[in-house]
Amino acid sequence: MCLAIPSKIVQKSGNLAVIDVDGVRRDANLMLLEDAEVGDWVIVHAGFAIHKIDEKSALETISFLREAAEFSERQP
Amino acid sequence: MSLKHAQEYRDPVIARRLADRIAAASRRPIRLMEVCGTHTMSIFRHGIRSLLPETITLLSGPGCPVCVTAQSDIDAFIALARKPEVIVATFGDLMRVPGTESSLQLERAAGADIRIVYSTFDALTIAAEHPDKKIVFMGVGFETTAPTIAASLSAARDMGRKNFFVFSAHKLVPPALEALMNFPGVALDGFILPGHVSVILGEDGYRSFFERFSVPCVITGFEPVDILQGIFRLAMQVESGTPALENAYPRAVTAEGNQKARQLMDAVFEPADAVWRGLGTIAQSGLKIRATYADFDAARHFDLALPEPVEPKGCACGDILTGAKTPPECALFKTVCTPMDPVGPCMVSSEGTCAAYYRYTE
Repeated sequence: MCLAIPSKIVQKSGNLAVIDVDGVRRDANLMLLEDAEVGDWVIVHAGFAIHKIDEKSALETISFLREAAEFSERQP
Repeated sequence: MSLKHAQEYRDPVIARRLADRIAAASRRPIRLMEVCGTHTMSIFRHGIRSLLPETITLLSGPGCPVCVTAQSDIDAFIALARKPEVIVATFGDLMRVPGTESSLQLERAAGADIRIVYSTFDALTIAAEHPDKKIVFMGVGFETTAPTIAASLSAARDMGRKNFFVFSAHKLVPPALEALMNFPGVALDGFILPGHVSVILGEDGYRSFFERFSVPCVITGFEPVDILQGIFRLAMQVESGTPALENAYPRAVTAEGNQKARQLMDAVFEPADAVWRGLGTIAQSGLKIRATYADFDAARHFDLALPEPVEPKGCACGDILTGAKTPPECALFKTVCTPMDPVGPCMVSSEGTCAAYYRYTE
């Protein structure tokens, strides 16, 4: 089962991290990432961080969708 | 970015507008398949079907790892659990899957040592704590899970661990897509491609499949806005007659994917033919442990006497996994087969299609 919500790295020691998943703290392994630091948002699967969320892209997508929604709102 | 930001992908205003745009754009009836159990659950949980026009039919494909695991592999897990020197470590959703003669849950009740773990590293910890036992991890999952198993095998070798094994029943998504396109009686107009398998594979991981079949494909995230956006893009591709491979989940999926994870996976595993429930044997669609890691391969290490695999009588899981049937079309659904007393794996797993239908439909 994939965990859809992103987790935030709150502590890091070598390849081991403590992550915050919507208020719950868990351990996560960082072996599958090139680089990850405290404060990064990551996608975690089966105890491993597998991706560092691209914040810029996340914000761009949602603002594009919001604009599209507002645009269609104005259509008759 | 905050979690509030993740919430924006659940924004009901954006979702409603996307649904309106889908309704306006979609003219001809289309059948779209999601090939990820988490999509299946999310589609039900957020009531996505109720937002869609009648032209769009969503089908759930072979995206639940436990559900596609062959009966013979389930039987192998049970045979391993019966060995007195073995401690089985597994993700929880395998416990109740019925094999030919038993299930891991029944074996545990009968005294087998079976531990549910959250990560493969928990299994490695158990191996360190029990040097007199052989710890066998049940390797089930797609490209998202396989690198995590590979990481644990790589670590086990570095530690010189001699009592840690993996039984690899891993599966690969692109060969299954190809098999679905060739499967008799399965007519699909597009794929909602999985979110986190794609984190590993990247958009490029589907390129050769797409070039061969020219079927609309959109990599899609798990929130309602993500899913509606994926469906909208698929509908637009169908209507305009221009199939494309698109990425509607760029905050998580890049063109090249997670190369470090793939390198580790390739170092430990090699592609092999695999048996899927519902789809049968698909060439090069599974992962077996490479000879260089043979010492950790449960399939090589243990002598397993397996029964002739018999799938549960009357269970339509196989047809459900290819989209040929929906759960209400199975005679056992909700009568004999319920989440409390499941007959087949599609009702057992929390992300199985039957479990989703049971939980979320009248």
